[in-house]
Amino acid sequence: MSALLGRLKVFGAFWFEFVVGDDWRIAVGVVAALLLTWGVSRSGVPAWWIMPAGVAGFLVVSLWHATRKARAARRR
Amino acid sequence: MKGAALFLAVFLACAVEAVEATTIVLAAGTARNWRSALQGTAAGVGLLAVTVAALGPAVSAVPLRALRLVVGGLLLVLGLQWLRKAILRASGHKALHDEAQIYLDEIAAARTAAAEKKGVVDDWYAFTLSFKGVVLEGLEVVFIALTFGSNQHDLPLAAVAAIAAIVTVAVAGIAVRAPLARVPENTMKFVVGVMLTSFGMFWGAEGAGAKWPGGDAALLALVPAVAAFSLVLASVLKRSAPVPSSRTVVGPTASWAGEP
Repeated sequence: MSALLGRLKVFGAFWFEFVVGDDWRIAVGVVAALLLTWGVSRSGVPAWWIMPAGVAGFLVVSLWHATRKARAARRR
Repeated sequence: MKGAALFLAVFLACAVEAVEATTIVLAAGTARNWRSALQGTAAGVGLLAVTVAALGPAVSAVPLRALRLVVGGLLLVLGLQWLRKAILRASGHKALHDEAQIYLDEIAAARTAAAEKKGVVDDWYAFTLSFKGVVLEGLEVVFIALTFGSNQHDLPLAAVAAIAAIVTVAVAGIAVRAPLARVPENTMKFVVGVMLTSFGMFWGAEGAGAKWPGGDAALLALVPAVAAFSLVLASVLKRSAPVPSSRTVVGPTASWAGEP
């Protein structure tokens, strides 16, 4: 039973790594931007700009976190 | 334009992953057993082919809007991961992908493992090393080729691009019998990241109900805009890089993996 659980964990970890990757914020940001686009487009307001604005925002945030983490690791 | 972009994105993504898989297969063959390494490669390629054959028709049957929403979102997440790593590498915040070093590490690990014969496979370690390398590196390529091909209604062109890249890299690997360390891997990852991010944004927003100004022509603005923004980010981050390096020039001429 524990061997099966271990294999399931490895399987889940592989797909999490494959889809989400190093920074979960990117995946969460993409889902949030898509939901916002869907909501705004349903109201009749142009929604095409949400994805580029969102991508620019969370790419900057993700890079900032990555470089800050690396700087903190170097100081230790 | 869209056919050329589809071909370029799939070809480059496939070539990058093929370089990484070739390094692993070369290490397994050189340090262990060529026959078993090639058997593992064939088994890996076979599994990927079965995956494409099973998923291809299924993906094509999904309604276009739902396909664009899901696939656009997944491509965007994948593209941003590639782009993020490429920007960090180009700016000197992350070590360059060094195929020569990876090859040496794999060789060292392969030499210490015990040999074990299983069925028609003389060396199980060499077989599994090659098999895992080909399958793991190939899965992203399968996903990219299938999604680009089905969204653009041109699966054959995506398949031709993928096969052309694999054949090119395999022939180069066989010719030099060494890891393809001079391939500008980071630059290729940068370009693929830009393409995946742009197409992911475009399809994701369309799938979510947005209408792009100019329709498909919006991609002509989106791709250069994403590239320019990423280059600016790499340039800004380079100023705070830990060790200024001559190997990490920002831009398409930058970051030759394994550059001497």
